[in-house]
Amino acid sequence: MTAAVIVKDIVAPARRSRSWTLVVGLILAGAVVLIALVSLVWLPFSPDDTTGTRLEGASATHWLGTDKLGRDLATQLMIGARIALIVGLGSVAVGALIGIVVGLIAAFATSWIDDTISAALDVVIAFPVLLLAMLIVAAQGASLGSVILAIGIAMSAIVARLTRVLTKRVLSEQYVTAARTSGTRWPGIVIRHILPNIWPTLSVNLALQFGVAVLAEASLSYLGLGAPPPNASWGRLLQEAQGTVITAPLGAIAPGLALIALVIGVNFIADGLRDVADPSRKRRR
Amino acid sequence: MTAYLLRRSAFLLVSFLIAMVAIFVLLRLLPGDPSNALLSVTATPEQIAAAQAQVGADRPVLEQFVTWFGQLLSFNLGESFISSLPVGPEISARLVVTVPLTLIAFALALVLSLVAGFVSAIKSDRWYGVLISGFSQLGVAVPVFWVGILLVSLFAVGLRWLPSSGFPRDDWADPADALRSLTLPIITVALVMSASLTRYVRSATLDVMGSDYLRSARAQGSGYTEALWRHGLRNGAVPVISILGIELATTFLGAVVVESVFGLPGLGSMLLRGIQQHDYPNIQGVLFISTLVVLVIGFIGDIAQRLVDPRLRLSISGNR
Repeated sequence: MTAAVIVKDIVAPARRSRSWTLVVGLILAGAVVLIALVSLVWLPFSPDDTTGTRLEGASATHWLGTDKLGRDLATQLMIGARIALIVGLGSVAVGALIGIVVGLIAAFATSWIDDTISAALDVVIAFPVLLLAMLIVAAQGASLGSVILAIGIAMSAIVARLTRVLTKRVLSEQYVTAARTSGTRWPGIVIRHILPNIWPTLSVNLALQFGVAVLAEASLSYLGLGAPPPNASWGRLLQEAQGTVITAPLGAIAPGLALIALVIGVNFIADGLRDVADPSRKRRR
Repeated sequence: MTAYLLRRSAFLLVSFLIAMVAIFVLLRLLPGDPSNALLSVTATPEQIAAAQAQVGADRPVLEQFVTWFGQLLSFNLGESFISSLPVGPEISARLVVTVPLTLIAFALALVLSLVAGFVSAIKSDRWYGVLISGFSQLGVAVPVFWVGILLVSLFAVGLRWLPSSGFPRDDWADPADALRSLTLPIITVALVMSASLTRYVRSATLDVMGSDYLRSARAQGSGYTEALWRHGLRNGAVPVISILGIELATTFLGAVVVESVFGLPGLGSMLLRGIQQHDYPNIQGVLFISTLVVLVIGFIGDIAQRLVDPRLRLSISGNR
């Protein structure tokens, strides 16, 4: 199957039987995106105003009740959606940029450089993303930017290794040899042959990494290493609600469910994309 | 195999060295002087200089590294900037919490996921097979600390069956008491970890079931169970073993996060406090141990993989 066909299938998946995971994933993740977009133009209350009494239950005014300071929880949750998406997209962008560049260098370089890079990547990959991110946040201080950078750098090793393997596979194809002998220089080969061919597989992995990034951000925020207030990250909302689960259960349940919806959503999208990119996998699920 | 062992050991050593240098360098990029943690805002320049001398921050970074690394070789992890207590004994005291938590949770997750993964693959057409794989899909999207919060609310605060947080002061003097404190954290970590493991076991089992060699075995007259047992087990185990290392490392990290949900005095809380206080020796000490654990687990995993899969032993370059 040529690259063009694979790419076209991703853009227009209707040609194959539409995979239900893709639809469910798009609905779940789409809902979070929609909430985040709405939060840019409209919020039920101002996020820092104590508009209710402490720990109110759900009502017509406060859809999800209030937190222990009397702030509207639905408002906080909407802002949290924004932060989750910013961190997810930001870290994937950082991870993809570093990972693809390093992976391409390793694939193109002489075997000595390739071996060194691969060995270094193996060391980095051995560490869970969260531990690396904790270390980088520790070094940088906690802020939204350092969280994005930390998670992005931590995931870049995985992206780099995948890029290297995929690129090597493309480089051994005859059409690349043909392009080289007919005088195409390496930037042309990368843009015209490698990127379009590795993208289908790579994009599935990046979608999965998005979910990992959202979870890592929540954990960092929960541990107090995330973006500081007033960034109402879901992880921090959960940390704040932990002591009052029995009196105000919504505060601990709603942010958790929102988080799960987003992560499952992108995981399903990744699954759906994989079915489209590689139909042979489909029968196995 | 001997040549591979030697090469793999060299890799272990080199990667450990690289990791130590990286940790040290990263920490020196911390904004703010570690000696600040010792001082009040009204400190005089003399006091600042004294504090810097006390923590060694006045010396060149290279010299600091050589000192630290020299100490490491003699298993001396230095002393905390804040409390001046030696880091090594503090880590051993905390490993008493983190290691049992990690190992028991991992063992539990492994048993759970082997059963769940196998059943959901074999019975993928039954409702419970679908239910199990649905749960494992859900499990990989759930943050481990959230599961902890929910379990605490239900079993500790609501039903009052188990303690909600803390660990006995006398550690394991009363094992039953210590285990009670660890029960909820262990269940939390095991539940979340079993989700991703179940997916691996399930997909390995499905691969085996769809394989040509299994069909050949059955064509030669083996029963389904016998064919799976004799031919499938070893083949299916290879990909699962290859991810066990990183899963164990992730379990360890899950334990670190879950410790703060349950207020357990383990490595996790030591690392967090170290980060908040800019206490380099404590951070470096915890990361030294974690790195060692993660890399050694990876080493053992690679060796185990070769023992199980003769094909890897025969290939000259191996998987690395």
